[in-house]
Amino acid sequence: MNAQRAAWLFLTPALLVLGVFFLLPVIAALVLSLTDYDLYALADIRNLRFVALQNYWALLQRPLFWSALGHTVYFVAVGVPLSMGASLGAALLLNSPLARCKPFFRTALFAPVVTTVVATAVIWRYLFNTKYGWMNYALDGLGIHPVDWLGDPHWAMPTIILFAVWKNFGYNMIIFLAGLQAIPIDLYEAARIDGASAWRQFRHITWPMLGPTMLMVGILTVSGYFQLFAEPYVMTEGGPLQSTTSVLYLMYDEGFKWWNLGSASAVAFLLFIIMFAVTVLMLKLSRHRQHVDGEPA
Amino acid sequence: MLMVGLAAGMPLLGSCAKPAIDSKVLTVWTVGREGEAILTLLPDFERAHPDIHVKVQQLPLTAAHQKLLTAFAGGSTPDMTQLGNTWLPEMVALDALEPLQARVDHSTVVRQDDYFASIWSTNMIDGTLYGVPWYVDTRLLFYRRDLLKAAGFDAPPHDWAQWRQMLAALSDPQRHGWGILLPTNEYEQLMSLALQQPDPLLRDGGRYGNFESAGFKRALAFYVDTFRLHQAPGITNVEAGNPWSEFGRGVYAFYLSGPWNIGEFRKRLPAAQQGDWSTAPLPGPDDSRTGIGSAGGSSLVIFRASTHKDAAWTLIEYLSQPTVQRRFYDLLGDMPPRRSSWEGGALRDDPKARAFREQLEKARPTPAVPEWERIATEMQLVAARAIAGELTIDQAAAEIDHRVDRILEKRRWVLDHPRPAAEHAR
Repeated sequence: MNAQRAAWLFLTPALLVLGVFFLLPVIAALVLSLTDYDLYALADIRNLRFVALQNYWALLQRPLFWSALGHTVYFVAVGVPLSMGASLGAALLLNSPLARCKPFFRTALFAPVVTTVVATAVIWRYLFNTKYGWMNYALDGLGIHPVDWLGDPHWAMPTIILFAVWKNFGYNMIIFLAGLQAIPIDLYEAARIDGASAWRQFRHITWPMLGPTMLMVGILTVSGYFQLFAEPYVMTEGGPLQSTTSVLYLMYDEGFKWWNLGSASAVAFLLFIIMFAVTVLMLKLSRHRQHVDGEPA
Repeated sequence: MLMVGLAAGMPLLGSCAKPAIDSKVLTVWTVGREGEAILTLLPDFERAHPDIHVKVQQLPLTAAHQKLLTAFAGGSTPDMTQLGNTWLPEMVALDALEPLQARVDHSTVVRQDDYFASIWSTNMIDGTLYGVPWYVDTRLLFYRRDLLKAAGFDAPPHDWAQWRQMLAALSDPQRHGWGILLPTNEYEQLMSLALQQPDPLLRDGGRYGNFESAGFKRALAFYVDTFRLHQAPGITNVEAGNPWSEFGRGVYAFYLSGPWNIGEFRKRLPAAQQGDWSTAPLPGPDDSRTGIGSAGGSSLVIFRASTHKDAAWTLIEYLSQPTVQRRFYDLLGDMPPRRSSWEGGALRDDPKARAFREQLEKARPTPAVPEWERIATEMQLVAARAIAGELTIDQAAAEIDHRVDRILEKRRWVLDHPRPAAEHAR
């Protein structure tokens, strides 16, 4: 048996699993997105019509799709920097030689990640209740008018972002912490001998050394945040005035609530294309920056 | 492909059932709270029918719809289920349900003339009966008798004009007092007002929306005005949080809701306050249409694929007995769909249930198209935009029709391309 054939043999199980559980469903979904599969088609397959790209075309003309996309982009654009900032901040604090009770804080800050969304959402809904919530109670103490956090279309998304950031920052914090611990201490020692301030140490040692970690965390967080669903599902049910309806929420409604699986598949593919484009763009940008940074050396 | 799957599944099912031929296992699905109550009713049934063993599976309301459709697609439907009457047309469109008229004709227990007519008719699709009503639901007014009296009104409103007057007198946004709570993400309230109108909500046999009719616009205008005049807060039921205690504290003088809230108010308000609240039929646009509301609720249906249809019918008959329905009411507060069930037990002399009894005679069914729930949801989404001031009444009505016509596109196509073979199969 030659090496090539042996290699294929070893690959076969993995390819088989990937083919059956990933490739085949994806192709089926793609075909589905070109039909108007719905309740009537489920009843009698002859009610199925091949509609080519009409699902996509209809979606692009639906204001709800664009507003859902807008809400999702809003969530990603504000949520990802906030979330990564919070993670990095927490990681830096935990990594500081001055920090005490590290295991306790590490666990406490990671706890939101492992608690269920539904349970925490109940608490958050109370915290942000217009009349009885602590949030407004605190604002009232500062002399600020109460805010209708989950009921005002302008405030619902910021509340969701806050919730998502709090819920998720612990995960990235752990990754950053590992990244920080991998930076050799002698770099900092050398910088201190040269008289570098804490800020310059961060800017010229921590930041560039964390670059690859940052990119990976960035891509994971962006692709995770594009799939916003659970938070609005449990906090606002997509409301008020559909101001927290994300693209994935729209897909859920189309597919599982109204059983329009054709159009739901089209939503899924559109979201996939968008996420793919954004990820490629991020990779390109980071590579570009690496070249620019790398040249003087 | 589905057919192949079903055909392949059949022999399997058959072989499973064989060893248990002496005691049939009847699978029943329930939706929401009813699952708990049915468990306490079943021991009596199983004692009377030792050959039938009932297996109950409780579905949460939020997952039930999806689960039913998935079960149909996968050919794993139960023998019978509880089915909300807005979901019934969907299951009929799938041809998933067993017609029941022949069984009703031979039944000594289920007698059609004893049922409230509109509730019964929600189970008839194109002249065929597919379900037996289990409990009913209509939305009407809960009101604070003491607050109305303090404002100089001795009786609840009969028509919209009186209602508006009382709402104005009882609303005081400065002091966080509102006339009524109408959660902006629930469609039942606006739908109840719309059903009071002479114009149907859909036209041409459910092919197009009819929301630009004068009647619907009247209902929408009354509904939206309530918010614009600051007589109702523009909040969703998520934000309303605990409407019961707020009703008790006088934040709202009226609450447009369903029968389960009789039990909730009895449980949640202190004993001293129980005399302060009551129920009244929904005020109509004029005096002659007072007490017209929506006919909602759930029915019991048998699936076509079931192998225990006779046993399932036996259970339906048991659950339809007036004595059992009274026990069911005592357990949950779910109102019985039969007049004779109302003639005894706790219901007969309950003053708070009387308004429901009255309104059930006049309730009107919602359009029996599979798309109805989606249509009502879209209607409410557009209405919420009108409440927020983004659309005028005319614009909102046109927008609803526009959306509804798009939703009904497939239905029009299916209706206009009849399938002779499919008809034959029925």
